[in-house]
Amino acid sequence: MPNSGTEHTVKAFDTDINELRGMVAEIGGRSEQAISKAMRALEKHDLKLAEEVVAEDKLIDDLEKRIDDLTFQTIALRAPMADDLRELIATFKISGVVERIGDYAKNIAKRVPVIASTHKLGPASLLPSMSNVASELVRDSLEAFARRDADLALDVSERDQIVDDFYTSIFRSVITYMIENPKDIGEAAHLLFIAKNLERIGDHATNVAEMVYFAAKGEPMPERDRGENPTDLIEEPTDGR
Amino acid sequence: MTTRNVDVFYGEKQAIKDVSIDVTMDNVTAFIGPSGCGKSTFLRCLNRMNDTIPIARVTGDITLEGEDIYAPKMDVVQLRARVGMVFQKPNPFPKSIYDNIAYGPRIHGLASSKDELDNIVETSLQRAGLWGEVQDRLQDSGTALSGGQQQRLCIARAIAVDPEVILMDEPCSALDPIATAKIEELIHELRGKYAIVIVTHNMQQAARVSQRTAFFHLGTLVEYGVTSDIFTNPTEEKTRDYITGRYG
Repeated sequence: MPNSGTEHTVKAFDTDINELRGMVAEIGGRSEQAISKAMRALEKHDLKLAEEVVAEDKLIDDLEKRIDDLTFQTIALRAPMADDLRELIATFKISGVVERIGDYAKNIAKRVPVIASTHKLGPASLLPSMSNVASELVRDSLEAFARRDADLALDVSERDQIVDDFYTSIFRSVITYMIENPKDIGEAAHLLFIAKNLERIGDHATNVAEMVYFAAKGEPMPERDRGENPTDLIEEPTDGR
Repeated sequence: MTTRNVDVFYGEKQAIKDVSIDVTMDNVTAFIGPSGCGKSTFLRCLNRMNDTIPIARVTGDITLEGEDIYAPKMDVVQLRARVGMVFQKPNPFPKSIYDNIAYGPRIHGLASSKDELDNIVETSLQRAGLWGEVQDRLQDSGTALSGGQQQRLCIARAIAVDPEVILMDEPCSALDPIATAKIEELIHELRGKYAIVIVTHNMQQAARVSQRTAFFHLGTLVEYGVTSDIFTNPTEEKTRDYITGRYG
């Protein structure tokens, strides 16, 4: 039985829930912005913008704490049941996951100073497209939360495969690049970590989607077939489930 | 205990509409629902307490171990020993603690000697978790006990006649949280020995003590299922609205 979103007899409960939903939208928006800023800083080698991303991560951390405090308090004081309980548990978990997404964006920003130019690194050309998809997944997973939309959540989970495929492709080309350009191995390694961070962001967006699905439907999201190719494992497995 | 297509009428007004539920010994069953939904009325059908209301009429099948409890040959006094009841307000007899428990076994002839009766009194009080608190004052009046102790005395009194089913109608609503916790712990311990049905307005209590929950609304049974499912993921919209506080 999905959440109807209709009002509770005790209106203060709705006030708490709406405040939480507002904070989740904000932490989601800030994380998504952190990813795009970090990627822009990388592309333009903009150290000031990169520093801004690192500094703004503090806001995301603070929001996570505020969400957790209010969720904890609401569970203790309102003793929620059924869809309310599921939504609050989902909120609690989503705040932690989205905070991690912010950390990955911060980590990308921190690598900006050591990569002088992405233009000479051939495999870097795929990163902007990969990051666009990863950001979209983050945005859509939180949109699914806001709309209590299990179908959109399922869609996010399926699209994570695109990010995984990007990662596998970048991984292969970085290895080749390293063999051909041993003097650039340091920078190429950082590039690889950036791709890895984006891949993890996709996984975390999927985690958010799974919680949205659970909150909406009361049952776990069906396992998706990841169609993993055994040869992938010889190189490097993605961190998906 | 099995009920099939039970209807209850108070005069012209239908209070229960087509309710079918099975109550088993391995589960505590909770009846929840807003005031006037019929949960107490239905509970009272299970040991024919509604017989005491002249305009009440019950139709449908209610059987205990296959026996129709509304059959003309059914001895109602005997039935109420097999299906005991505990009420909202503790109602011990104005007699000693000992006599409160011994009363039922005496009238039903369950003890052939004083020793046997002493034994029933002790066992019943032990099962009700009251023995340790009253063993030195069995001759004190039952009404001198605290509210929580009185309620456990009433449970011991029901147990003394070795029932199959115990019905509890809001057994904790007049008790403080500690006394309530003791009753809930007792319900937990009695599960498996007796089929227990509890009517409660406190949803947290239904969630804590029962394995099966039935939600009543306007005399109908809206949803009946595993308690953990009802409180985490109910199937019916009305159940969801009631348990999450959106009702009305």
